[in-house]
Amino acid sequence: MTRELWKGNNAIAEAAVRAGCAAYFGYPITPQTELLEYMSARMPQLGRAFVQAESELAAINMVYGAACTGTRVMSSSSSPGVSLMMEGVSYIAGTEIPAVLVDVMRGGPGLGNIAPAQSDYNQIVHGGGHGDYNLIVLAPSSVQESVDLTVLAFDLAEKYRSICVVLLDGSIGQMMEPAEMPPFQPLRTEYPDWAVTGAKDRERRFLSSIYLDPPQEEAANLRMLRRWQEVQANEIRYKTYYMEDAKFAVIGFGSSGRVALTAVRAARAEGIPVGLLRPITLNPFPEKVVEDLAKQVEGILVVEMNSGQMLEDIRRIAKGAAPVEFFARLGGIVPLPDEVLDEIRRLAKGPLTLEGHPRDRWLARMGTLN
Amino acid sequence: MQTEIIFAGFGGQGVLFAGQVVAYAAMDNGLEVTWIPSYGPEMRGGTANCTVIVSDEEIGSPQVRYPAAVVAMNLPSLDKYESLVKEGGHLIVNSSMVDRPVTRKEIHSVMVPGNEIAEGLGDKKMTNMVLLGALLANVPLLPLEAVEKSLREHLPEKHHRLLPLNYQALREGARFLAEKV
Repeated sequence: MTRELWKGNNAIAEAAVRAGCAAYFGYPITPQTELLEYMSARMPQLGRAFVQAESELAAINMVYGAACTGTRVMSSSSSPGVSLMMEGVSYIAGTEIPAVLVDVMRGGPGLGNIAPAQSDYNQIVHGGGHGDYNLIVLAPSSVQESVDLTVLAFDLAEKYRSICVVLLDGSIGQMMEPAEMPPFQPLRTEYPDWAVTGAKDRERRFLSSIYLDPPQEEAANLRMLRRWQEVQANEIRYKTYYMEDAKFAVIGFGSSGRVALTAVRAARAEGIPVGLLRPITLNPFPEKVVEDLAKQVEGILVVEMNSGQMLEDIRRIAKGAAPVEFFARLGGIVPLPDEVLDEIRRLAKGPLTLEGHPRDRWLARMGTLN
Repeated sequence: MQTEIIFAGFGGQGVLFAGQVVAYAAMDNGLEVTWIPSYGPEMRGGTANCTVIVSDEEIGSPQVRYPAAVVAMNLPSLDKYESLVKEGGHLIVNSSMVDRPVTRKEIHSVMVPGNEIAEGLGDKKMTNMVLLGALLANVPLLPLEAVEKSLREHLPEKHHRLLPLNYQALREGARFLAEKV
C-alpha cells in the first residue's frame, strides 16, 4: 500500500479527480480554499473543466447546468459560502440530478471565523434550501476517510440522482495525514438516459424543477421520497469502538468523534466501560444503531462542535431508553480529549436523569468553564 | 503507544516544516501520524505552531492539552507551553530566543542555542533542524537516520543541494541531551 502525506483539502480534490470528476466550479473561502486551488492546477492539466466563478451562487448554478449533462461534477465551499448556494442546491435536488458538494465547516453564524465547527449539521442534514428534499450526507473524520467518502459521494449521487455532501470541519481540511489514493477512473463516455447531451437523432429530453401543476409536483415529491427510502435501506454507514461490553456510550461525528475516541480510550484505561459510536452517514442517520445502543447502555454522551443539533436526533431516536447528556465547544473551538474525559467520568459517576434537557445542564456547566 | 509533539515559534522559523519532517518520517516507518497547524491570519513574525501525533494505532484527537514533548523556538512559546508538557515529558528550548531557564523540575528539559549553531553552520534557517535534532536525540520516536532518509525522499529535487546542511544541523542539535528528571 502506497501511502502519501496529504492535507485534507488537497486529498479530497485529488480523490475527486480520480473518481472521474469532469468539471469543478467554486469560489475561494477559508478553510476550504486549498481544495479549489488544487483543482485550479489539476483539472486543466487533465483537460477537464475548472471555473472559479464570480460567486458561490454562480458556482452552484454552473454545477446545476453541468450536472444536467450526466457527467461527474462538484463544488466545494465553507459555511457562509454554502449558505449562498442553498437556492441552487434546492433546484438541483428538485431536478433529481447528481452532484457532489464538499462543505468544510467553520465557526458561525454570519461571517463567524475560519476555525473548525460543526454548526451546519442542521442546514445540511435537515434542509437548508426550500422544499421537500434530502441530501445524502457523509461525515469523514480523517484524511483517508475523506478520500474514500469523496469517491463514494460520486457513486451515491449517481445511483440515487441526488446531491451527496461530504461534510467535514476545518481541522480535517487543514490537517495532514497519510492516505492512500484510489485508482484512477476513466472519464465517463456513456451517459444516463435522463441526461441532456444534445438531442440529435433522438427524442428531446427535458430537465427542470418546475411542476406548475400541483399533482405533478406531488408525484415528483413522492418519487424522490421512495428513492430516499432506498437510500435509507442501503446506505447507512457508521463505526463503533469498544462497544461490545460498554455500559456507557459516546456519540460524535467527524472531528468530535475522533476527539471522543481519545477520551474513550483514556476512560477505558481508568476502568470505565465506555464505547463510541461515530455516525458516518448523517443522512440517512444510523437510527437503528442508536436505538439498539440506547437499550444496551446506562447513559449516552453526545459530543458536538455545535449547540446540540445532532443531540436532538439522538434524543428523538433514544426515546428515553437511556439518559442522554451533552458536551460541546462552539464558535470554532475544537474540544480537547481531557474535557470529554471529564464528561465521561461524570456520566459514569451519575446520577443520571431522563428529566429536563441535556443542553440546559451543559449550558449551566459552561458558565463555570469560561 | 502514542507520542504528541508541539512545535511552536514565530512564523518564519520553520516550525510547520519541522513538524512535517517528523510526519513524513513516521509515515515512512509504517506509523500512524497526524500533523495539524494552528491556521489563521498569521504571517511571518506572528505565532505559529503545529501538533504532530505519532501512534501505532488509529489516532483519535489530532490535538491534546498535555503533549509528551514541546519544541519551543521562542519565549512566547516557552511561556505558553512549559506548564502543559506532560509530567516526565520533554521540553526542547531554543535558548537563543529566550531569556530565562525552564522552571519545571519534573520534566526533561534542554536548552539548545539553535540560532547560534545554525549561524555557525552558515544558515540561520537551519535553526528548526537543530531543534528537531535535539528532540529526536531525547525522545525515542524515530532514529535520526530515518528522518534523514525521509527528508531525502520527500524534499523536492530542486532543494536537494540543501540536504547535507540539514543533516549537519540535525546532528549538531542531537548532541544536546536533556537533564535526567
